[in-house]
Amino acid sequence: MAEVAAERAPVVSSATTAWRSYVLPLVIFALFAAIPLLGQFTAEAYLLSLVTRVMIFAIAALSLDLLVGYGALVSFGHAAFMGIGAYAVGILASHGFGDALVALPVALAASALFAWLTGIVSLRTKGVYFIMITLAFGQMAFFTASSLAPYGGDDGLTLQSRSTVAGFDLLANDRVFYYVTFLCLVAIYLFCRALVRSRFGRVFRGARENETRMVTLGYDVYRYRLVAYVLAGMMAGLSGFLLANATNFVAPAYMSWQRSGELLIMIILGGIGSLNGAVIGTAAFLLLEEWLAGFTEHWKMIFGPFLVLAVVFVPGGLLGLSRFIMRRLRRG
Amino acid sequence: MSLTLFLIQFLNGLQLGVLLFLIAAGLTLVFGVMDFINLAHGVQYMLGAYLAVMFYAMTGSFVLALVLALIAALAFGLFLEFVVFRHLYGRDHLDHVIATFGIIMFLNQAVKYLWGAAPLSLPVPDALSGSVELFPGVLYPVWRLVIIGAGLGVALLLYILVSRSRIGMLVRAGSTHAPIVSALGVDIRRLFTIVFGFGAMLAGFAGIMIAPILSVEPGMGDSILILAFVVIVIGGIGSIRGAFIGALVIGLVDTLGRSFAVDILRLFMTSSTARTVGPALASMLIYVLMAVVLYVRPAGLFPAKGR
Amino acid sequence: MAEPVLSLRGLRKNFGGLRVTDDLSLDVLPGELHALIGPNGAGKTTLINQISGLITPDAGRIVFCGQDVTATAAAGRARLGLARSFQITATLPHFSALENVALAVQARSGSSYRFFADASREEDLSAEAMRALQDVGLAHRADKLASELSHGERRALELAIALAMEPKLLVLDEPMAGTGREESARLVDVLQRLKGRFPIVLVEHDMQAVFALADRVSVLIYGRILMTGAPDVVRSDPKVIAAYLGDETA
Repeated sequence: MAEVAAERAPVVSSATTAWRSYVLPLVIFALFAAIPLLGQFTAEAYLLSLVTRVMIFAIAALSLDLLVGYGALVSFGHAAFMGIGAYAVGILASHGFGDALVALPVALAASALFAWLTGIVSLRTKGVYFIMITLAFGQMAFFTASSLAPYGGDDGLTLQSRSTVAGFDLLANDRVFYYVTFLCLVAIYLFCRALVRSRFGRVFRGARENETRMVTLGYDVYRYRLVAYVLAGMMAGLSGFLLANATNFVAPAYMSWQRSGELLIMIILGGIGSLNGAVIGTAAFLLLEEWLAGFTEHWKMIFGPFLVLAVVFVPGGLLGLSRFIMRRLRRG
Repeated sequence: MSLTLFLIQFLNGLQLGVLLFLIAAGLTLVFGVMDFINLAHGVQYMLGAYLAVMFYAMTGSFVLALVLALIAALAFGLFLEFVVFRHLYGRDHLDHVIATFGIIMFLNQAVKYLWGAAPLSLPVPDALSGSVELFPGVLYPVWRLVIIGAGLGVALLLYILVSRSRIGMLVRAGSTHAPIVSALGVDIRRLFTIVFGFGAMLAGFAGIMIAPILSVEPGMGDSILILAFVVIVIGGIGSIRGAFIGALVIGLVDTLGRSFAVDILRLFMTSSTARTVGPALASMLIYVLMAVVLYVRPAGLFPAKGR
Repeated sequence: MAEPVLSLRGLRKNFGGLRVTDDLSLDVLPGELHALIGPNGAGKTTLINQISGLITPDAGRIVFCGQDVTATAAAGRARLGLARSFQITATLPHFSALENVALAVQARSGSSYRFFADASREEDLSAEAMRALQDVGLAHRADKLASELSHGERRALELAIALAMEPKLLVLDEPMAGTGREESARLVDVLQRLKGRFPIVLVEHDMQAVFALADRVSVLIYGRILMTGAPDVVRSDPKVIAAYLGDETA
């Protein structure tokens, strides 16, 4: 399966590199930056909350793509880290610790710890076993959260207000919160980019292509993967922190396996193995979901088959599709 | 913690185990022979239940409902295989996950659309309703015993089929060496279809049998699907024997764990702490068990060779 | 006699009921090119996997540079200086030839737990990688992806990767496998130039190459060493001819 995942990795030529490294991300982020300005003309609150949600999930999607696209580690329990980050906010808030300077480090530490403990076991398995064990660990987190009666149990926990920052109510303003989320997304995107090209990233990517080769070069592949897993978990924990603040609500559903599946769909939709793709795929998924839900409450009956068809007929996701179209246009 | 309670919960655990086996068997077969992750197996279980309810409403006879629902479940399984799954063999497991995830989304919603979101129920056939006294003071529902019996019967049937019949031999060979089996001239397509259809029927059968006990509602297949995956991961993918043992272990551990976690914990901590922590730990128990097994044996307890 | 670089004592490995390595003992001396020959199925690749640490022997000891490495994992042995190439090419297809080799250099030059700097811009890594590519004659193909190279070029790349590790022992598993006459001759040239830089264990079927390069030859039959000696001695030994060379055109 690693071989097939590696085949999905984009083969790089210098022209496409420039487009992909600079132009495309600039366009994407410029769009995101401009959204609040568009709000003058449309329902601002709705637009802000929708795109904030897109950005939050894009952060989680980027961290997942790091594992799946660049490492061939298909984690089916990634939503657990989002949930842990969110619950860190919720639990601390319910005990009176509502400041981000407390909640954020705790969220990051908690997701890192969970990633480390589950990663130690999961990364000893391969292929399908890895998918299944990450799924099961995600479920473990879900059931644990559901049974936390003091913190809402199944129904979840409502937060009185967003996290304060050093005592100031900065995040209460939707626009400010939007730009804070935006900055987080940009930071995570740039970090992931650097990571992929770094020494660490090279080893990690090499392990995807041929683990045995890397081992015989002297690399402890298991350890590198564990570090990557923890980093990805922490990034998803950050997105959970933001999600709790965005909705002022924390629920076990944030960690459901359906959520983990949706994260996988987001990165596949955009084309795995591509950071731009992760962001685009997330936007496509959430916007499509929002649009379809406007039509009918049974929108999942349309979305489900759409996903099936997409997978069966369009390998490489939206980016793969656009690359395919570009190639055809250039030839024709 | 009385002996009576323990016996009853033990039997309940056995019943859950047997149910899990029915679902896990199809899952592990499909995985072992076609290398295909079928997340939609859970909705096939759910569909079995809904079809049974529907046919019962139409015919008024449980037996007739059972037979018709089984046939319909088989037909639907074959339909899915023909239309979607056979295009996905040999593709990345990730593709399987996404495609079958889409089918789950669709079916969970379709079922809500057709039958509404409210839970439905199916009455136990009169002859088999009520309880029987197994031991002095231990009353146990007859239907649950029927489920246990049916499950063990299917297990025996599968054992005979897989180890003694020609089809079973092909399945075992296909589990580990599909290209060779194909090269030997066996119509591998037909083998796949048969395996898949049979698995779908097993899942549907499980759904039909459980319908009188649980409420039939959208999404009922999702949680049992996860349990089934834990079963086949522990048992070893592709192994029916592993699925059987794994299913019984999980069924017993989960049921007994949930019943007695609080009591056991009360031996070590205060009653109120035990009551808060107990349920949480109980639900984690099988995942911890899975983690331990996989740590020691990353390919499960009875991995089919060559995987 | 000088202290052997690699010393195998009583290695044993069974797969199910099949004894693939049968009480095998072998010494590799410093600076020598030690060839390992034997019919298919004699257990050569299993032996190499045990030497490099990918397979754990059921019994026996492996001593490398004076250290008992029997319990050391493969990555650890590589860090001690044990390099190997693979019979079935194990290059990274979506990395360039240069990057493939640079990764080998990177493994021995400082920590790879660096997350921010672009590794492809590290001049010294690239320069050293280039040198290894020059050694095998692939410098002009440095920027090509490994998947774009011809089969023979990829075999050369395998060699370059192993060289870039600056090994204390180089174990080559059929480097000439599947190469044509011309590329094969080129590889022999490269190996000729490398001789003496470090000890080499060469597993090969290509008898011309073996007898042109080897200082000593060991013959592996049914998982044990039949004999070890100078090429001419081995070539003319009646037992060896009967068991193996009789089937080969010398």
